[in-house]
Amino acid sequence: MSPWGSRKLFLRGDIDCIYGEYEMIVFENVSKTYETGTPALNNVNLKIEKGEFVFIVGNSGSGKSTLIKLLLKELEPSGGKIYVNNKLLNRMKRRHIPRYRRGLGVVFQDFRLLKDRNVYENIAFAQRVVGTPARVIRRQVPSMLSLVGLAEKYRSYPKQLSGGEQQRVALARALVNNPAILLADEPTGNLDPRNSWEIMRLLEEINKRGTTVLVVTHNQEIVDAMKKRVITMHKGLITSDEKKSGYHQ
Amino acid sequence: MRFNTIVYCLKQGIKNIFRNKLFSLASISTMAACIFLFGLFYSIVMNVQFMVKEAESSLCVTVFFEPGTSETRISVLGQQIAGRNEVSHVEYTSADEAWDSFKDVYFEGNEEYAKAFMGDNPLINCAYQTIYLSEASMQESLVNYLESIPDVRKVNKSELTANSFADFGMLIGYVSGAIILILLAVAVFLISNTVSVGITVRREEISIMKLIGATDFFVRAPFLVEGILIGLVGAAIPLAAIYYLYGSVISYVLEQFSILSSVMVFLPITDVFRSLLPVGLILGVGIGFLGSSTTTRKHLRV
Ligand SMILES: Nc1ncnc2c1ncn2[C@@H]1O[C@H](COP(=O)(O)OP(=O)(O)OP(=O)(O)O)[C@@H](O)[C@H]1O
Ligand SMILES: [Mg+2]
Repeated sequence: MSPWGSRKLFLRGDIDCIYGEYEMIVFENVSKTYETGTPALNNVNLKIEKGEFVFIVGNSGSGKSTLIKLLLKELEPSGGKIYVNNKLLNRMKRRHIPRYRRGLGVVFQDFRLLKDRNVYENIAFAQRVVGTPARVIRRQVPSMLSLVGLAEKYRSYPKQLSGGEQQRVALARALVNNPAILLADEPTGNLDPRNSWEIMRLLEEINKRGTTVLVVTHNQEIVDAMKKRVITMHKGLITSDEKKSGYHQ
Repeated sequence: MRFNTIVYCLKQGIKNIFRNKLFSLASISTMAACIFLFGLFYSIVMNVQFMVKEAESSLCVTVFFEPGTSETRISVLGQQIAGRNEVSHVEYTSADEAWDSFKDVYFEGNEEYAKAFMGDNPLINCAYQTIYLSEASMQESLVNYLESIPDVRKVNKSELTANSFADFGMLIGYVSGAIILILLAVAVFLISNTVSVGITVRREEISIMKLIGATDFFVRAPFLVEGILIGLVGAAIPLAAIYYLYGSVISYVLEQFSILSSVMVFLPITDVFRSLLPVGLILGVGIGFLGSSTTTRKHLRV
């Protein structure tokens, strides 16, 4: 397998900002207000460097998922600028979006597996999208599945899986292309403590091999133990941002 | 584009059909019903046109000449007439030929009476030219022209008014054109309806695919393959049915309305299918493609 984080972000296009080569993600005064009028993010400023491991914590409704969705360009910010790898997302052309997204691995809070395809096909799909040769897919999907502990369930459909199993399929899908950035929205929300720890160790391993990792979580114990950078959000604001920190509200 | 991707899109398109069996079945049967009706009207139109053409081509004007007109003069006139646009060809019947064919019919069974006329042709002034028209509607003007020639004694035109042929042909064309248009509109409406029934599943599927980084083309191609296949199958079934039913329907019609058998000449199925097969298949594929491409395009903006 090629090294983690080997997938490049952007293969073409100019550099849009003056941030150094270390910054992977930059938020400049980013706000997001939904059509319903709900303010989800309020003037957020944030810098994440290449190769960092960051926890994002905060109350329900504090804007964590919104932040992830903005990074994925599933949503557009109402104000401010978002740069990823020195590229301004706001101005990205529609036809360049698929290429950008292929450099990201995403675990959605609601999993978003393809309902009418089995576990194997769900993971293989992510590789087909990037044009991986069939023989490589046949080799990598099973090894990805055993990595998340689901080797036996490859023929099951999402609705035949437990919440935690679906979550691990989603993680396998996010990792299979060696993304440059991993965005994981509560990747252990449905897992027992032992499985949660295994997944966190896996994410740490992936981070060590070069992938920038953002993990949204409510798991206080894990955050406290891992001593990573922790960004705390509250009502759409970043209320604290500390290196080698623990969980606090 | 990679070969892998093409194979994947084809496979996925076929899988889609079986995945949404009910939806596929509904689409195929709607398509089949429409193409069947289309094929039915198409065959009728082709046969009516064929019959009209047949009738038209046997439509002719007979010209008799003034007594004493020389054979050379008659053949010169014949060539002159044959050169006209509305004329398909001209047949000359000499006085002797006219008498021969007349006496064969009139003295049938009593041939010895005909001998009395030996060497004395009572139809000596009855040489005539038979003029076959290429276009029925031109009969009127041709007759006017012929009557204006001084050597012409008499012009016999066809009993049937030539214009009625042309009018009938036009009427059939318009009516069937209108019916076919209505049918196509109904087909597109029904197909888009059945497609949108199955779209809720797809809407979610499409948005997930796009968030993972799939291009519009990659997301759409399997759906397009699916639409095209549904169109193809939906067209092939009714076309096959028409192919096998055609002969028995015609023999049934001829049996039931045996009086008509002399007037009605039907086209062989191979002649009908020479154009109906490609037209029907293209129509099916086209409707399937349109249905799936418009419905997927709506859900691509993610
Ligand atoms: N599609 C939407 N339309 C309208 N309002 C929304 C939408 N999605 C989220 N919101 C609102 O935006 C705010 C932030 O939501 P968000 O999903 O980012 O919270 P979160 O921090 O991820 O919460 P949780 O921990 O429960 O997942 C909430 O008040 C929520 O109600
Ligand atoms: Mg959330």
